[in-house]
Amino acid sequence: MSSAATAHATHEEKLSFWRKYIFSVDHKVIGKQYLFLGMFMALVGGLLAYLMRWELAWPESPVPGTGWIPEPTMFQGVVPPEFYNAIVTMHGTIMVFFVAMPILLGAFGNFLIPLMVGAPDMAFPRLNMMSFWTIFTASVVMIASFFVPGGAASAGWTGYPPLSANPVYTGVNWGITLWILGLALEFASFLMGGINFLTTTVSMRARGLKMMRLPLMVWMQITAAVIFMLSVGPLIAGAVLLLLDRTAGTSFYTVAQGGDPLLWQHLFWFFGHPEVYVILLPGLGAVLEVLPVFSRKPIFGYKAIVYSTIVAGVLSFIVWAHHMFVSGMNFKLVMPFSITTILISVPFTIILLAMMATLWKGAIRFTTPMLFAVGTLAMFIIGGLTGIFLGSATADIYLHDTYFVVAHFHYTLISAVFLGGFTAMYFWFPKMFGRMMNETWGKVHFWLTLVFFNLVFMPLFKAGLGGEMRRLYDPFQYDFLKPHQPLHKFATIAAILLFASQIPFLINFFWSLFKGKIADRNPWQANTLEWTAPSPPPHGNFEIAPSVYHGPYVYSAPNMNMKEDWQPQDQPLAS
Amino acid sequence: MSSIAVTENYYEKTMPIGKMGIWWFLASEIMVFGGLIGSYILYRLASAGAWAEMAHHVSTAIGAINTLVLLTSSLTMVLAHAAIEDENRRRAKLYLGLTVLGGLLFLGFKAIEYTTEISNGFTPLSGTFWAFYYTMTGLHGLHVLGGMIANFALFVMASRGTLWPNTHQRVEYCGLYWHFVDVVWIFLFPLLYLSY
Ligand code: HEM
Ligand SMILES: [Cu+2]
Repeated sequence: MSSAATAHATHEEKLSFWRKYIFSVDHKVIGKQYLFLGMFMALVGGLLAYLMRWELAWPESPVPGTGWIPEPTMFQGVVPPEFYNAIVTMHGTIMVFFVAMPILLGAFGNFLIPLMVGAPDMAFPRLNMMSFWTIFTASVVMIASFFVPGGAASAGWTGYPPLSANPVYTGVNWGITLWILGLALEFASFLMGGINFLTTTVSMRARGLKMMRLPLMVWMQITAAVIFMLSVGPLIAGAVLLLLDRTAGTSFYTVAQGGDPLLWQHLFWFFGHPEVYVILLPGLGAVLEVLPVFSRKPIFGYKAIVYSTIVAGVLSFIVWAHHMFVSGMNFKLVMPFSITTILISVPFTIILLAMMATLWKGAIRFTTPMLFAVGTLAMFIIGGLTGIFLGSATADIYLHDTYFVVAHFHYTLISAVFLGGFTAMYFWFPKMFGRMMNETWGKVHFWLTLVFFNLVFMPLFKAGLGGEMRRLYDPFQYDFLKPHQPLHKFATIAAILLFASQIPFLINFFWSLFKGKIADRNPWQANTLEWTAPSPPPHGNFEIAPSVYHGPYVYSAPNMNMKEDWQPQDQPLAS
Repeated sequence: MSSIAVTENYYEKTMPIGKMGIWWFLASEIMVFGGLIGSYILYRLASAGAWAEMAHHVSTAIGAINTLVLLTSSLTMVLAHAAIEDENRRRAKLYLGLTVLGGLLFLGFKAIEYTTEISNGFTPLSGTFWAFYYTMTGLHGLHVLGGMIANFALFVMASRGTLWPNTHQRVEYCGLYWHFVDVVWIFLFPLLYLSY
């Protein structure tokens, strides 16, 4: 029974510092590496957001604290227009590809999947190590692009040609080439990661762990991996064409020579829309794990959630052109894409209703992870509802590329990435680091974050409805937008306070890392397999290979005749 | 591949991890070529006349020969796999070698083809068709090269006798990849060489 575990015990030889912490093949160490990379890049992305927000509130006035940045990047602390384009682009790129994916998939996917399926490690540990060092290289390339002549990419995170294909339009040359290269490396990294996620889940489940007994977080992670791996290919092809246009002088995207820039938009959004779900699903997965634990109830409609997730994944491949309603694409496509877009709200509604039904009449404990989980749920509903407006072409033709869109996608992305990410962080911190985080600081962090997040982005819906276009350097050059300036000042002050609200988190995180209360195996009394391993789990994860007897959400079952109201997956049900 | 001891009754019964990994990898590779082929077809449909004129100058003969070469090497790959199943080291070595040779032949013909096209004045910059032609065959050629390197590594292992007893299933995995490269060519050949 424990042969795999014994094999591991003998494997536990002394590793050098390098093999243990830097070039480790242990999925848990790799997960933490991803976590720290993502947190660092969040700092970079956040600083860029600060520059943007300042420029939007007080255009062409010096940004406090940036006077030291030399020309031509900044001009005596003022953001020049070209650099504004670059920071918009790099903020979006970094947040989506170098914060959201490393934290939600890289960190939590890597850390949790083997533990949750009862495996000693990922299927291909060395590939796993390579995937981290590939994205590390990609991050270095991305950051380096700020320092090349002409500056960083500035064609928007969507990189539309001809802006991205020809330096004539933006003055940026190497920056965009490095941007394509950095993204290519990032994609390669997550392709390797995806192979590991899928193979581990499909082929290395503990005995008795049928697919329909997997924790929902695992379902979300592998659906995300499938979506990513099947959608990124066409964009890689498109990026090859773009790179050739830039370096070899071909004209795939140049109309004058027989090309078509719309091709890029199709290839980009065929990936770009599913990509949103790639980072959304793991965020929702964290919420789905936390809700039953802190309401001491089984998740409502496990199977419905699994099937809805799969349906949403499939649908995500046939909605991409809702980003292109005003692009000049064939108008006959507008109706089908509107319909499929609105259809996709059905599976998500099912998932959200299942979440709420899980809370219904539960014995709710508002711990920090639970607060973040409920907050994620609430904010995601706002994001989802406003998405329905944008999905119907009639409304989108007016709202496209306005601040309404900016507010909408931040409501979905920040709820999934930041709030969902924090849910996961507070919940699994004891398992990752063997110590508890401080609850009081956690709650302070939650309330400040929630309040200021809404204060930043709620006003932007109004700015968008007032017709304000996004990506404008100085919106108030237009008379009709002058009345919006107070809105932007308000949002900017709130954004600065939102950034400041992360200080309690950082203090709590690093303090708990070294000084937090020692966590026992299962501090939250949860059922999934990772909680049966020691905190933090040793190399090889489990002392004895676990066997699974039932699904992951057995709480407060009526026939339980024992003191506890829970039943871990590796113990048979009491009858 | 991994340091994990995989014992029979530890896991739920499913596909071996190596095979599973290869299949997922191929699925994503299919999407890369799918995107490229899809774009090509859309452009082709959008521009009838000029494109056909350009497409007229490809060397259908070399394309056809290369199709044969690649199909043959797929056959030798299958035979190599069969030899592995029979634990026949000599034959495995022979067929792996022949497969590598097939790839080499393919790339050789490709090189001749490229040089004649370019000397006739058809470069990647001579129009959208040519841009696609070089991109698609070029990317495919890189895949052939990758497969050849993998097969060559297996050939070396077979010669040294290190392919047994634990790693012989790699022949099957490389075979899957090699057939994939072949199948892609089966799509590229009519699209690029027979479309005028
Ligand atoms: C935490 C505070 C954040 C603030 C204050 C912020 C602020 C902004 C601002 C001002 C823009 C420019 C809008 C425009 O002019 O089009 C923007 C764009 C964007 N943001 Fe954020 N953002 C934050 C977090 C995030 C996160 C967490 C994500 C994603 C995971 C994200 C993704 C994006 C994307 C994709 C764009 C579009 C970039 C483009 O137009 O190329 N942001 N953000
Ligand atoms: Cu979309």
